[in-house]
Amino acid sequence: MTHAAPDVGDVHNTQPRRAGPGHAMALPILVVPALVIAGLLAMAVQAALPDGAGLLRALADPAFWTGLPAALGAIQASWLTLTVSGLAMGMMIFLMASGLTLVFGLMDVINFGHGAFISVGAFVGVSVLAALGAWVAAPGLGANLAAVALAVLAAMAATGAMGLVFERVIVRPVYGAHLKQILVTMGGLIIVEQLIHVLWGPDEIFLTRPEALKGALTWQGAALEKYRLLAVGVGLAVFLLMRLVLRRSRIGLIVRAGVQNGEMVEALGYRLGLVFVAVFVAGSALAGLGGVMWALYEEVITAPMGAELMVLVFIVVIIGGLGSVEGCFIGALLVGLTQNYTAFLEPKLALVSNIALMVVILMWRPEGMLPVARAK
Amino acid sequence: MILKLLSGDRPGSVLLSLILLAILVALAGAPFLFDGTRALDTAARICVFIVLVASYDLLLGYTGIVSFAHTIFFGFGAYGVALSALHLGRGFDALIVGAGAGALAAAALAAVIGLFSLRVRAIFFAMITLAVASAVAVLVSQLSALTGGEDGLTYLIPKALTAAARYGEIPTVTLPWPGADPLTLGGQRITGKIVNYYVIFSGALILILFLLRVVNSPFGRVLQAIRENDFRAEAIGYRVVSYRIAVTVLSAVVASLAGALFAIWLRYVGPDTVLSFEIMIDILLMVVIGGMGTIYGAVIGAVVLLLAQNYLKDLMETAAAGLGDIPLAADLLNPDRWLLWLGVLFVLSVYFFPAGIVGRLRRSRT
Repeated sequence: MTHAAPDVGDVHNTQPRRAGPGHAMALPILVVPALVIAGLLAMAVQAALPDGAGLLRALADPAFWTGLPAALGAIQASWLTLTVSGLAMGMMIFLMASGLTLVFGLMDVINFGHGAFISVGAFVGVSVLAALGAWVAAPGLGANLAAVALAVLAAMAATGAMGLVFERVIVRPVYGAHLKQILVTMGGLIIVEQLIHVLWGPDEIFLTRPEALKGALTWQGAALEKYRLLAVGVGLAVFLLMRLVLRRSRIGLIVRAGVQNGEMVEALGYRLGLVFVAVFVAGSALAGLGGVMWALYEEVITAPMGAELMVLVFIVVIIGGLGSVEGCFIGALLVGLTQNYTAFLEPKLALVSNIALMVVILMWRPEGMLPVARAK
Repeated sequence: MILKLLSGDRPGSVLLSLILLAILVALAGAPFLFDGTRALDTAARICVFIVLVASYDLLLGYTGIVSFAHTIFFGFGAYGVALSALHLGRGFDALIVGAGAGALAAAALAAVIGLFSLRVRAIFFAMITLAVASAVAVLVSQLSALTGGEDGLTYLIPKALTAAARYGEIPTVTLPWPGADPLTLGGQRITGKIVNYYVIFSGALILILFLLRVVNSPFGRVLQAIRENDFRAEAIGYRVVSYRIAVTVLSAVVASLAGALFAIWLRYVGPDTVLSFEIMIDILLMVVIGGMGTIYGAVIGAVVLLLAQNYLKDLMETAAAGLGDIPLAADLLNPDRWLLWLGVLFVLSVYFFPAGIVGRLRRSRT
């Protein structure tokens, strides 16, 4: 055969094929540093603007331009603080969103109840931390980190187990029907939220971070909160680990193949159903991890916190492209950074800024930045 | 005549017809049949929610689009009336202008959201509307100079619609047999509040009949075709995206009118009463439990759920008091946990009765 066989599985794909994963990724990943620089510039411009002057008139004024470098230097420290806090927030949202996007890519299942795992993870983690009160209050870094690690493990075990039940009871009966999936998983979210109220009481719970994670380091004149640096580290580690598993291991190969063409993988004899359950459980456990991290970040937990975070998670999943872990990572960083910069520049627009970000990205790439899965 | 009013959409079961008739009679006579302002308030709420839920059913049940932004449109109508009543004065014209402006704003926003998200992928719509809904709720509570923030707005409606206006008393009817007590029919004055209730009631009735007309028109049939198989509908030659956007706009306008009615009744709007996610959850529960894809389902769902909100709590309180010794069971039956049981009912009805109460009743006939 000289001519290539037609690609039957891809009849809906009318777009020209992109050159390859490396090329397709290059552009979106550059958006993150671009946004960081844009944030710096916007902050410098705001600092250099004379009080009450209009932006356009100031731009025409040479005095504004001569003052700009000084403003840049003055704003640098708070910019650094904001960037680290944006990255930390992005990493935590990535932890929550990564499972959701993989689950969608693999089985075309959209789980609106994912927020329930975040809440449950936070409540279990905080309960464990409360039980280990002596370790948390101790000044040593070792004991503190051990307490946090135990809390994280407990939360991940709890949400993983819950994911198993959730998949079996709530999601499995409605495979292949998006409408019912949305409704049923929403119902699951309501039930879990109410059960949290039953088990932990209706009030919000305040907590304090372990001693060693309180306070901030000073670097280049900028105060960097220790906990945010830890969050960035954890998020980065999880991302690299996920990438390693997905790119280098056999199970990762099956998952990626399943996202691209599930039927073919099943035809080759792999039981994709089992793989899917495993991914669902892993995604739920990661949401639990994200929940604990977020609880320590905010130092207060409520039952609806998961549902509230789902707004950001969905924005991340959409702009990242459904089914793509890398896109999800980039999207999460973008959302975290945008939220923090806007909160500094114009506090009232913080949440709206993320909608604007989503609109811009969707105008640029309607399927999200790095789409892998196609909705059936 | 009646069949024509209902646009040929028969309830389809004797029991269902009787229930609907009972609801209609109860709502039509609410000021005279039930005692007290609380009952009248519940009746007005039921009227408003029937319209709101039916307009949502147009999206969810008839077209198969899941939206979480329906409360925004409801809020637009309500805030439209509130703002114009505050700034344009205490007249009927202000109410009409406000409702119209709210409806226009709702239509515009619905068109924009639809153009953005329905064009790409239907499932995006659910996620994007969720994000937009929370953004609007935050924005409304932030822009307190315009919207009153978390506290909301209180305003005056025309005097003719308030309890201060008197239109006479209900005559005491003496029953024609000997020894009967004189029947007082509630024995109350006809105040502007009652007139206000009838404004709400007739507005709701007109909107429901309009929605029945829409879903039983050729347009409605196309919507159902899109719900069943959008690919095939496109292949037959209907522009699915245009229909989806049109129905999004239409349902947004009806929802905003329901919001306007609600604002006229309450004389107060705030983020919690018209924009909160809890209301969205309530709408979802009402549509699914009542029965998706039938306007009558919305009617039944709204009535059942709003009555349950009032009476299930009392029932659970009694049950929880009875179980006082067992710690977890008592917590499960705590009256504040009524949403837990409705959530369970919701999931079960999606699995086992996807057609809801109405579907169940219609099937039992044959």
